[in-house]
Amino acid sequence: MGVKIRLTNGVLETIPHHPIDSVGVSERAASFTKRSLKKGSKLEALKTMVAMMDLTTLEGADTPERVRQLCGRARQPLPAHLDELVGGVPPVAAVCVYPALVPVAVEFLAETSVQVASVSTAFPSSQVSGELKLLDVQQAVSWGATEIDMVISRNAFLRGDYQTVYDEIVKVKEACGTGAHLKVILETGELGTLDQVYRASKLAILAGADFIKTSTGKVQPGATLPVTLVMLQSIFDHFQQSGQRIGMKPAGGVRTAKEAIAYLCMVYEVLGVEWLTPTLFRFGASRLLNDVLRQILRQVTGSYYNEEVFGSE
Amino acid sequence: MNRVETGKSTSKGSEGPSVWKGEFAPSMESSSTVKIRPRYGHYIAGGWVAPKAGRYFKTLNPATEEVLCEVAEGSEADVGSAVQAADRAYKDVWSKMSGAERGGYLFRMARLLQERAREFAVLETLDGGKPIKESRDFDLPSACNHLFYYAGWADKLEYAFGKRESRAWGVAGQIIPWNFPLLMAAWKIAPALACGNCVVLKPAETTPLTALLFAEIVEASGLPPGVVNIVTGAGPTGAALVRHPGVKKIAFTGSTEIGKLIAQNSAEFDKRLTLELGGKSAHIIFEDAPIDQAVEGVVQGIFFNQGHVCCAGSRLFVEESISTLFVEKLKRRMETLRVGPPLDKNTDLGAINSKEQLTKIQGLIQRGKEEGALYFETSCKLPDRGYFLRPALFERVSPSATIQREEIFGPVLTVSTFRTPEEAIQKANDTQYGLAAGVWSDKGAKLFEVSRRLKAGVVWANTYNKFDPCSPFGGYFESGWGREGGLHGLYPYREVL
Repeated sequence: MGVKIRLTNGVLETIPHHPIDSVGVSERAASFTKRSLKKGSKLEALKTMVAMMDLTTLEGADTPERVRQLCGRARQPLPAHLDELVGGVPPVAAVCVYPALVPVAVEFLAETSVQVASVSTAFPSSQVSGELKLLDVQQAVSWGATEIDMVISRNAFLRGDYQTVYDEIVKVKEACGTGAHLKVILETGELGTLDQVYRASKLAILAGADFIKTSTGKVQPGATLPVTLVMLQSIFDHFQQSGQRIGMKPAGGVRTAKEAIAYLCMVYEVLGVEWLTPTLFRFGASRLLNDVLRQILRQVTGSYYNEEVFGSE
Repeated sequence: MNRVETGKSTSKGSEGPSVWKGEFAPSMESSSTVKIRPRYGHYIAGGWVAPKAGRYFKTLNPATEEVLCEVAEGSEADVGSAVQAADRAYKDVWSKMSGAERGGYLFRMARLLQERAREFAVLETLDGGKPIKESRDFDLPSACNHLFYYAGWADKLEYAFGKRESRAWGVAGQIIPWNFPLLMAAWKIAPALACGNCVVLKPAETTPLTALLFAEIVEASGLPPGVVNIVTGAGPTGAALVRHPGVKKIAFTGSTEIGKLIAQNSAEFDKRLTLELGGKSAHIIFEDAPIDQAVEGVVQGIFFNQGHVCCAGSRLFVEESISTLFVEKLKRRMETLRVGPPLDKNTDLGAINSKEQLTKIQGLIQRGKEEGALYFETSCKLPDRGYFLRPALFERVSPSATIQREEIFGPVLTVSTFRTPEEAIQKANDTQYGLAAGVWSDKGAKLFEVSRRLKAGVVWANTYNKFDPCSPFGGYFESGWGREGGLHGLYPYREVL
């Protein structure tokens, strides 16, 4: 069934029913794991992955010191001598933290290219009032976050109240102002079907998302290739209709460079080379960086390094 | 909607030289696992035999046009010795063996083939031009599955034929095509042996090598000499096999043209015939279909194995209300297909099997243009040597156009539109063939109704090109006689008393 949404300008918009065949999606998604990147192409892809990474820590146990260490790695992933050896590894795209730790990250990442992303709207459950969600966003932005990763209300979405989901995203987008990018987390692991994933993607894009993002990382499954494929197709459909490029961020579940290569190949084949940039594609991950760094060293030196060689926070 | 740029400058990595732009460095499968001998004889009665007339022909790698080796050209006399060997093996050994014993040999062959799968996949790609991705992930696993499946039937035939007594025919002559050489050999050999027949197999002249390598599997399995014999050669060799009085059963997979000749030739003899022939299969997309998956299904349906597939979904029918959108998406997807060296693991379309086939496809493309259809091909670069074609489609195709009637057997799709389910069914059935069809819709009732009324041996709903040894395969009309695979695949190989 199509879904009717009253837009901010008063127009009644229909999001048409867009059936997804999950068997076909899984087959197509699996085909990207068969792509084989070698030599120079692989090294480029690995470095690109670092530049696309939102290095993340989202624990109740996060402390300012822990976030500082993470920021250190974000600015300079490899120690200088190894960095030189591999011809330079870029800093990551952003550090992603809880709102309370935004000021710490902002201080430590000043004068760098690394963005500060804050999860928001009562991450990860979104189960507070609309007012509190907005306050959450406003505070993070005022403390210097340049990217807001909000979660949609599954409470509203799953009971079919799409208007509330839409309105909330619109208000959050307003609260982001001109200073912050908005990434909208759909929490696909709780949406049940790929039809719903596509619907939620369209809803988020319609409401003004700069990026759509799969997961909080707190629910299993997080990002998967099939779910990401459906979201990329919604991004493509929107581009075909409007010419506007929306970003994509799979998060929670991408742990190895090999998996990440399949994601990059998928983005390249579904959306094209224009999306192979940190401004339109990100990996949300806490554990991916080390494997990517090891693979970079492996490509250049021919041997695998222990993580102890380049440190971890 | 306004998209905001982030406050800070983009990271230095984003536009620097290290950004991956979708380049794929060559990722070649090693061919060092395969040893090709300079010259092959026939495999008869468990040994290698030189052709009696002393003539050989060359087999090429279609991706490089290099000669791989020489292969014996089978004469009537060679076919005669092979049939004699098979007949002797049948009378002396094979017909006296229990089904369980026969099944044991098939199980061993399946296991041995699995163990050497990589080697066979590489050889299949070298000799036939198909991408290594497909020979590795489709041809080899499917061939093994077929052997396993029929191994299981060998001692259970009484359940296949009900209460009726049945017996093997004796010697089966099997002629196979060049599009899935090893897989077709397995399709043919497995049910024949399970049912207690001995075989003389003739592989296609452009792709004989995996069948010849399969002789090593036959040998390693300990199969009694003469149960499986392999004679190589072109049309005349096949004709000799068809006309040989000692061959009681002929199984042929190939073109409709040759199939008709075989039917004529065998009419005057006491022979049973199964023919798996050409197709011009319809792929129907309704407006309520899962669009992106349907695009993918269409792409796999026509470009799998360079379109050298008898059941290729070569006639696309799209509901008019979505045809513009659908074709746009289809063309975009086609642009991402990688045509290149078949041994490269990233290659999606490999080489056209032979120069002859390349010329035939090019001729039909030319004909399509001349008859007024709108041609589109992708913009990818083709290798400098070898037989390659870009994936292509025709729009605005007349129902009477040559490209809409004749099987192209290459990476060329025709696109037409329809307005109602009734019209879709009528157009899909408007062909002398009837091998396969695909239907895409989110509505279950529509899928069942349309599938029921399509005159095709296989109808896939919301998918395409799915094969399973348990499932019978075969066509209507000029697509053939009889079924292969599954329980039905046993029937042609035994005489019911």
